[in-house]
Amino acid sequence: MSIILDSTPAIATPADDVSPEPQRRFGIGRGLAWAFMILVILVSLFPFYWMLRTALSSNNALYAGGDSLLPVQPSAGGFERVFGLQTGQAAIDAGGAGQEIHFWRYLFNSVVVSTLITAGQVFFSAMAAYSFARLQWKHRERVFGFFLAGLMIPSIFTLLPNFVLIKQLGLVDTLLGIALPTMFMTPFAVFFLRQFFLGISREVEEAALIDGASKTRVFFTLILPMSVAPITTLAILTYIASWNEYFWALLVSYTDKSRVLTVALGVFKSQTPQTGPDWSGLMAATLVAALPMLLLFMIFAKRIVNSIGFSGIK
Amino acid sequence: MASTTPPTAATARRTRGGARDDTRLALLFILPALIGFLVFMVWPTLRGIYLSFTKFNLLTPPQFNGLDNYIRMVQDPVFWNAMKVTLYYVILNIGIQTVLALVIAVMMQRLTQKTWLRGIVLTPYLVSNVVAAMVFLWILDYQLGIGNKLLGAIGIDQVAFLSSDTWVIPTIALINVWRHLGYTALLIFAGLQTIPNTVYEAGKIDGASEIRMFRHLTVPLLRPILSLVLIITVIGSFQVFDTVAVTTRGGPVDSSRVLQFYIYDVAFGRFQFGYASAMSVALLIVLMAITFIQYRLTRADSSDLA
Repeated sequence: MSIILDSTPAIATPADDVSPEPQRRFGIGRGLAWAFMILVILVSLFPFYWMLRTALSSNNALYAGGDSLLPVQPSAGGFERVFGLQTGQAAIDAGGAGQEIHFWRYLFNSVVVSTLITAGQVFFSAMAAYSFARLQWKHRERVFGFFLAGLMIPSIFTLLPNFVLIKQLGLVDTLLGIALPTMFMTPFAVFFLRQFFLGISREVEEAALIDGASKTRVFFTLILPMSVAPITTLAILTYIASWNEYFWALLVSYTDKSRVLTVALGVFKSQTPQTGPDWSGLMAATLVAALPMLLLFMIFAKRIVNSIGFSGIK
Repeated sequence: MASTTPPTAATARRTRGGARDDTRLALLFILPALIGFLVFMVWPTLRGIYLSFTKFNLLTPPQFNGLDNYIRMVQDPVFWNAMKVTLYYVILNIGIQTVLALVIAVMMQRLTQKTWLRGIVLTPYLVSNVVAAMVFLWILDYQLGIGNKLLGAIGIDQVAFLSSDTWVIPTIALINVWRHLGYTALLIFAGLQTIPNTVYEAGKIDGASEIRMFRHLTVPLLRPILSLVLIITVIGSFQVFDTVAVTTRGGPVDSSRVLQFYIYDVAFGRFQFGYASAMSVALLIVLMAITFIQYRLTRADSSDLA
């Protein structure tokens, strides 16, 4: 799914929180509206609490105490199974699968893949965007239009042929194979950064050029530093999107060697005993898989929230 | 004499680099992106169309077989069922999500514009579809899930959310509403911010109620942005896969076998890449047609503000 970003609020957002709020009448309507919003908040957050509550419960006790709002027979067993701290037999006794789970390996794979994609995509897209925004060359607009047309191809359509290509390149079951297709660009990233570069004042650039700086130098020492805010926003959103990617990673990775967290989570689920799923282990794994992005969100919440808007794609 | 040399050199370089032609440098700058674009977007698109006219099992080279895949597709009841299931999913998912997101966005604008509230509403979007599917698989478990315990507490019988053919698609649609609602609401919220406050002040002077203002001011002024949001979310919704793959794998029987999951199954379960490609082409055509129709129906020139 594509993301729409707005570059402007990412730089300065003071107006957002201090803007005058509409009249504060305490009518029935407002009360109902607040009740609805509180319900929305509860529904948004409850599943996260439930993951934590279940992960901290003993699996075998979940059958009896299913409706307790607090952990039943609190235990760290679920997390121990995820991190491989429990012996196979202890895991089976607790209702989990006996196989080892290489959680750190999956975490490492996810970090490598997301970092490769984000670093490559943002940097190469920025270079292309600079070329489209600031350099003078023939057919510039035509090539840009060609890139933009790529926005219309749903990613789902290119997945099968891309898999064939990755297979021919011998990159199946490698981290590079997962990262490669989105490592160079997305039409959206190019478009987004181009719009931003167009907005940078030309005067600073002209001054540097008169001082004898080359255009390459201007890009690295002026344009990039001046665009830290939108580039960071784009990078965070790209990182989150690649971290959460499932379908493509599922096609490319077969073994632990290249298995990322989302795929591992699916595998972990299919390994749980048929007699009754290891819910506390599963929820511990789910929570642990979600945690890095939730932490990232806590750090950059304001930037992420304010970055979702419209940048005039019409 | 010596003092004039440096500026001349600089000027010379500037005319070379800055005088309306940076073709070489530009090519260098777009090269990586261009390679990525051609190799991983343009080429696969063309190849996908080509493969749809072949018999291909990945191991031996593709063999051209004309329209065989398409003929098979038209006659394949599972394909039509998958199309129907996907459409049903999209209608439920987008219908519920858009209405709720619109209400939430309006409330965020009219009640409080605090960032923390938007942050909370956006939180589910930060986790993957797999995580969302997993946690609801547990919450909605027939025997042990808190969902059925809550229903039991208010006197409703247990619902087999993910294992009955009536409930499976609505349930999957709602799971994905949970994940995408906040994101959609924030998109609409951003659109609402473009409506000047003076419009509402004028409405208030005329004595209009909040609900009247919503119907006669907000909705018409928001139409162009709503149509854009709809195009994006509908395209995303058609590509549903992750949730199905984690929770039901198409079952019970074929009742949640959405098109994307069927394509995956045909390609990687039975290694019929040609047929899977033909179905991908069908999906692509459907998506393009829908985008076109939506764009036509909700033409953005109706911007009543301008």
